[in-house]
Amino acid sequence: MCGIVGLFIKDQRLEPELGALLAGMLGTLCDRGPDSAGFAVYGEAARGRIKFTLRAPQEFDFEALLRRLAGVASAPTIRDTHAVISVPVAKESEVRAELARTPDVDVVGSGRRMEIFKEVGRPDGVAARFALNKMSGTHGIGHTRMATESAVTTDGAHPFTTGPDQCLVHNGSLSNHNAVRRELARAGIRFATENDSEVAAGFMTWKMRQGASLQQALKASLAALDGFYTFVVGTESGFGVLRDPIACKPAVMAETEKFVAFGTEYRALVDLPGIAVAKVWEPEPAQAYFWERH
Amino acid sequence: MPAADLATISLRELNAALHRLAPDTADLHWRVINPRGEHAIAAGLTAPVTVEIDGHVGYYCAGMNQRARVVVHGSAGQGVAENMMSGEVRVEGDASQSAGASGCGGLLVIDGNAAARCGICMKGIDIVAKGSVGHLSAFMAQAGNLVVLGDAGDALGDSIYEAHLYVRGSVKSLGADCIAKPLRDQDKAELHRLLDAAGLGNQVDVGDFHRYGSARRLYHFHIDNVGSY
Repeated sequence: MCGIVGLFIKDQRLEPELGALLAGMLGTLCDRGPDSAGFAVYGEAARGRIKFTLRAPQEFDFEALLRRLAGVASAPTIRDTHAVISVPVAKESEVRAELARTPDVDVVGSGRRMEIFKEVGRPDGVAARFALNKMSGTHGIGHTRMATESAVTTDGAHPFTTGPDQCLVHNGSLSNHNAVRRELARAGIRFATENDSEVAAGFMTWKMRQGASLQQALKASLAALDGFYTFVVGTESGFGVLRDPIACKPAVMAETEKFVAFGTEYRALVDLPGIAVAKVWEPEPAQAYFWERH
Repeated sequence: MPAADLATISLRELNAALHRLAPDTADLHWRVINPRGEHAIAAGLTAPVTVEIDGHVGYYCAGMNQRARVVVHGSAGQGVAENMMSGEVRVEGDASQSAGASGCGGLLVIDGNAAARCGICMKGIDIVAKGSVGHLSAFMAQAGNLVVLGDAGDALGDSIYEAHLYVRGSVKSLGADCIAKPLRDQDKAELHRLLDAAGLGNQVDVGDFHRYGSARRLYHFHIDNVGSY
């Protein structure tokens, strides 16, 4: 099972609605993945700064952490168990070192624009805890999980991120992930879990680090990854979709002048504005689809 | 004409109302609005009624249909008309995977394209796709007819038994034990009948089609293979 959604805004006027629309899409797919959920939203970037999304236990004192990073990090935006801080790019490694010394804090993701949130629980509840409906941005992806390949933990929830501003959600299961993980680890990609989907994210990061475009990275994964998959991938400026050649996992897309949307089921798309006149189609197997902001 | 708005009544209420219809019901024409991609809309019908659905539907629409005529004014998700026994299902948009899967009878007409596995395991259903069909269509097809006015994807008719396949466009590849066969007069007559039923009448030249079927090498025991058992 599992459900995945993605929304790429083409009309700037719709950007303030991104979070609300994505929350509705995730909520509809609760019954495809009731055990955990997560999402990534690509929001505002600040010149010369990088954002960290941090996760810590419920009672954690983010303010105290910020005092230790005095003068470096912005005031945190706290959302339930997560907090987003922004630091100058020049101070990134210094901040990473300080965060690594803080045992209760995990870095969920980082990037100029990407913020990423995930937790165990029903997807509509997870979206509400993080107030997804209030977020704005240019594009976002989300996932409702019914775990098969690793335990129901926050770390096992999607999206997976293995590089700045890069993340991936996956419906399906990979069969050669252990071998690919070992090869990528040798190439310097770091993994936080034993999850198969994180390997797919790592593979995309590795290809893009070598200079591949999002489309080239998607195409390369057709040869490298074995198993069932529909992937939706986010980068700082792009949004991509790929289905395996057998196309076991369902997928439907919709496009209007204002947005491109992806859903595991059409039900997830029915409340999008103008859906009645949207072009609705099933993405072809083994074909990489991608959209870039200009 | 009874109308059902799935924004105000539940899918179960709609399907229960359709299931309660007697064979001689006077409510012969139903309209469903706001289907919102719900699954199993108008599945399991047995009364000879027409159900028109305004919009896209989810999985298994009109599954197990008997006698009814179901028209989708939109596209359909996976398994539309799966296991149909009789009657007619028409999709005015595209159909997702496994359209008409395991169907035993009746007619499924898809005005657009069908995705992978169209007619998988078909057992007597007639399927007419005005567009193209995806990979592994008519996989293990046992009986019935699949007519494709566009192209067919990879592995058409893999492990086919005795279903008849007619494709007007190109076939990306044939599956195991599926071969091209000559288009005989009796095949043209069958095509005429199917195209008429699909409402295409004389718009299409049956001579443009290619016929495919089983080479019958896979499902018959062959003495050379005795060591394999």
